[in-house]
Amino acid sequence: MPTAATTPPLLRLAGCTIRFGGLTALSDVTAQIGELDLVGLIGPNGAGKTTLFNLITGVYQPTAGAIEFCGHSIVGKKPYQITGCGIARTFQNIRLFPSLSVFDNVRVAFHLHLFQGIGHAVWRGPAFAREEKEIAGQVMEILEIFQLDKFADASAKSLPYGDQRRLEIVRALATRPKLLLLDEPAAGMNPTEKVDLMRLIKFVEEKYKISVLLVEHDMQVVMGICRRIMVLDYGMKIAEGTPEEIRTDPKVIAAYLGQEAAK
Amino acid sequence: MNPTDNRRKRGRDFWPKRILLMAFVLVGVLGYFSDKINPYYADVLTTMGINIIMAVSLNLVNGYTGQFSLGHAGFMGAGAYASAAVTLFIGPKILPPDTAAHYAWATNALFAGALLVGGFVAALAGLLVGAPSLRLKGDYLAIVTLGFGEIIRVIFQNIPALGGGLGLNGIPPYTSLAWVYGTAVVCIYIVLTMVHSTYGRGFLAVHDDEVAAEAMGLNTTRYKIVAFVVGAFFAGIAGGLYGHDTLSIDPKGFGFMHSIDFVVIVILGGMGNTPGVIAAAIVLTLLPEFLRKWLSNAEEYRMVVYSFLLIVLMLTRPQGLFAWRRKIKSV
Repeated sequence: MPTAATTPPLLRLAGCTIRFGGLTALSDVTAQIGELDLVGLIGPNGAGKTTLFNLITGVYQPTAGAIEFCGHSIVGKKPYQITGCGIARTFQNIRLFPSLSVFDNVRVAFHLHLFQGIGHAVWRGPAFAREEKEIAGQVMEILEIFQLDKFADASAKSLPYGDQRRLEIVRALATRPKLLLLDEPAAGMNPTEKVDLMRLIKFVEEKYKISVLLVEHDMQVVMGICRRIMVLDYGMKIAEGTPEEIRTDPKVIAAYLGQEAAK
Repeated sequence: MNPTDNRRKRGRDFWPKRILLMAFVLVGVLGYFSDKINPYYADVLTTMGINIIMAVSLNLVNGYTGQFSLGHAGFMGAGAYASAAVTLFIGPKILPPDTAAHYAWATNALFAGALLVGGFVAALAGLLVGAPSLRLKGDYLAIVTLGFGEIIRVIFQNIPALGGGLGLNGIPPYTSLAWVYGTAVVCIYIVLTMVHSTYGRGFLAVHDDEVAAEAMGLNTTRYKIVAFVVGAFFAGIAGGLYGHDTLSIDPKGFGFMHSIDFVVIVILGGMGNTPGVIAAAIVLTLLPEFLRKWLSNAEEYRMVVYSFLLIVLMLTRPQGLFAWRRKIKSV
């Protein structure tokens, strides 16, 4: 991968280890994600993919190792602070705000870039009205881009499954991230929805000029869009490379299909 | 629907200042006629207004933010004691002896100060309780807040300066309908404007899914504490109004069972539905008065009726009795 050596990578994991009691969920994982990168993270069940996600987003703290984002350490920061640094995520099981409308789901995510506080909300002065109008405009704009504007007033939980996934990505984008983490976005999707999803992820990357880290089981999706793939097995990174390299890597085949198949 | 329509419709979040003004005019009219109202009705109306303040402020915590608090009466007690202490102990020192007759504005100013002191003391108590305990969820938070309510009661019982178990007596009768409903209007206004803003949607987001809210960059702990402190503040003011209406307060009046009363109102009105909660506060204030016609010991049956209401409600209308309008339509 020809990343420019002069600028620091967007995200750098160095020797990250995380232990839960006697279980080592991740051991000595070192990885880098550059600007405008589209990286896939695969591995068999229980390999530690979601743990790595939770590590990056601050849900877990590493037992050892360093995590740097844009050259600054993010170890010890709370999840909301990490989102503030520019890492947004979606969840394996969709976690929208079910009682809020589609519009409000996205609006909440604008919170980070909000100037006003309770005082403004209660006083309702012209500054408040201006900012609210501006945010409403931006929310509708992003909903229009992703063709969700017709659902703006509908409750989030009433959307079709594929649209809920899309809304979750839109909501994450509304925090204006530099790095977007997608946790199994294709889970539970039918083939048509998967094709749409691949198109969507490509579109997001190009339109918003951000990097994407994708955890996915679905090989069609991962091989189809990722420029680079990392493979985890038993908490260790066993391979990294282009989709072609990964497809033929004996260690990866062994992890997925067993030693016999690799020979 | 074209997008410009959609954008215009979202202007609905900017309504309230005019409504606030209109409400104050109504309160003024009510205050003007309050002398002519039958004292029994005036008494019921006062209780109703205090219940509205308590329920609307509790709704911010239990309804909108989804943190189940059982200590709301404790904050009411803190506010009642603090404001009664101001009018009883500090008032006579700063007001000239014949104030009541000649300077109505002076007593009103003293009362306003006393209510604010009550509110701030309760808010401080809310901060002290909330900061460590809001990391707990569901049942655990309920237990902690319940315990807090009891602690407040025991503290007041053991401070001789505040009357100990006998409580404070001879509190001046400052509470009027205008004061009660004026405060109620402010409380409703603040809770509604807080929630109906981009910032305030965060309360609902915390209610819906804390993990997702955190992932969207919301400081969920801060949101919970803000809700708790604002809720406690208004409970404290309601306590001040209550004290200056009943003219004597004692620690037993702010126990756990009293908190349950307000929780029932919030559940009956529908969690996170302010108009519904106000309606429920009105109905549940009037209910015992009507029951009194048929039952001589209505007060004892009240809890039976409440429990019965709650069971029927949970079976038939879990969204609340007064959730008459679906806020969000489905696709």
